Amino acid sequence: MANLRDIKNRIGSTKKTSAMTKAMQMVSASKKNRAEQNAKAYVPYMEKVQDVVAAIASGTSDATHPMLVSRPVKKTAYLVIGSDRGLAGAYNSSILRQLTRTLNERHKSKDEYVILAIGRVARDYFVKRGYNVIESIIGLPDQPSFSDVKQIARKAVGMFADGTYDELYMYYNHFVSVISQEVTEKKVLPITDLAPASEGVHASYEFEPSGDAILEVLLPQYAESLIYGALLDGKASEHAARMTAMKTATDNAKELISALSLEYNRARQAAITQEITEIVGGAAALE
Amino acid sequence: MKTVQVNIVTPDGPVYDSEVAMVIAKTVSGEIGVLAGHIPMVAPLTIGAVTLKKEDGSQEIVAVSGGFIEVRPDQISILAPSAEVAANIDLARAKEAMARAEQRLQMKQDDIDFQRAELALKRAINRISVHEGNM
Repeated sequence: MANLRDIKNRIGSTKKTSAMTKAMQMVSASKKNRAEQNAKAYVPYMEKVQDVVAAIASGTSDATHPMLVSRPVKKTAYLVIGSDRGLAGAYNSSILRQLTRTLNERHKSKDEYVILAIGRVARDYFVKRGYNVIESIIGLPDQPSFSDVKQIARKAVGMFADGTYDELYMYYNHFVSVISQEVTEKKVLPITDLAPASEGVHASYEFEPSGDAILEVLLPQYAESLIYGALLDGKASEHAARMTAMKTATDNAKELISALSLEYNRARQAAITQEITEIVGGAAALE
Repeated sequence: MKTVQVNIVTPDGPVYDSEVAMVIAKTVSGEIGVLAGHIPMVAPLTIGAVTLKKEDGSQEIVAVSGGFIEVRPDQISILAPSAEVAANIDLARAKEAMARAEQRLQMKQDDIDFQRAELALKRAINRISVHEGNM
């Protein structure tokens, strides 16, 4: 049986850990709420942009804008959205595992694709394994604003436009609920599936100055907003995942503490019993 | 006078939503005024002010940083990367941003920085002038 002081130390340190995980759980819960609100506030903008882009693209019959045209694919880019810090359960590992599997299935050599990483964990993972990470961004705030993301979104769109790659996929965790986040793959470029988000869209717009000129402005904005939307979704998932992970950790700590307390009490009782036996034994020997 | 529903939406959420008589916006090809019942139209906007004239003659000004305007007979939507109603503009912050942008312009490093600083300066000036126009 372990000695009393050891058990007491372990109880103490477990209690401290659980206080920490509990605090982190609460912090993540409030961050998750904010992130969820952000993601919700973003929906009307996204839907509008999608409506207009769809209406214009379907209205101008000869949609030859480079961002709408599928070219022969020589190089594919994957934008992976992870987190900067760990302690978020399977948030990063599930997305990295899935992406690695997809890469192995789709491509024969590492020359066929490049990776754009958001988040320190994702970046380190791919850099360490010798993947071609051409762009990365770390240290995004917990509630990213549009301007925080604009830079990487613009670069991603720009590199597609100048032919660095011919396809762009996005990998992120879609927020389903607090306990469930889904790894999602989304094709960003070229823009192919343009369905209007709401009913009753007018296809007969008049364009000022011209349809092509508007697509020129609109399509990069559309692609950027797709990326921003995914990032907001990913952030909400991250906080939810961290919250759940911390809750599990707190629960585990509680269980451990109660098991250790039981052991501690038993050990103490055994020590007392032993002492009494010794005293009684000693007294009996004197008589 | 007939009115039209106007909403201004940014990635950070809706900024403005109301019935107005007329919308005046700066597009890349010039300033336009839109009344209710306008034919469907789409036009990209420049960094500038959007003036919303109410039915009772009062008006509101919103600073927008680009984006575009989508007009339908019964509804006008303005989608912009960022937009602020004049009353909500933080003047101190705008002035700070202007000073920062001016400083960066003077340093003249490479092209991209230059362009970005110029845009930032335009946005800051726009916000300040919209704010002052309101007072």
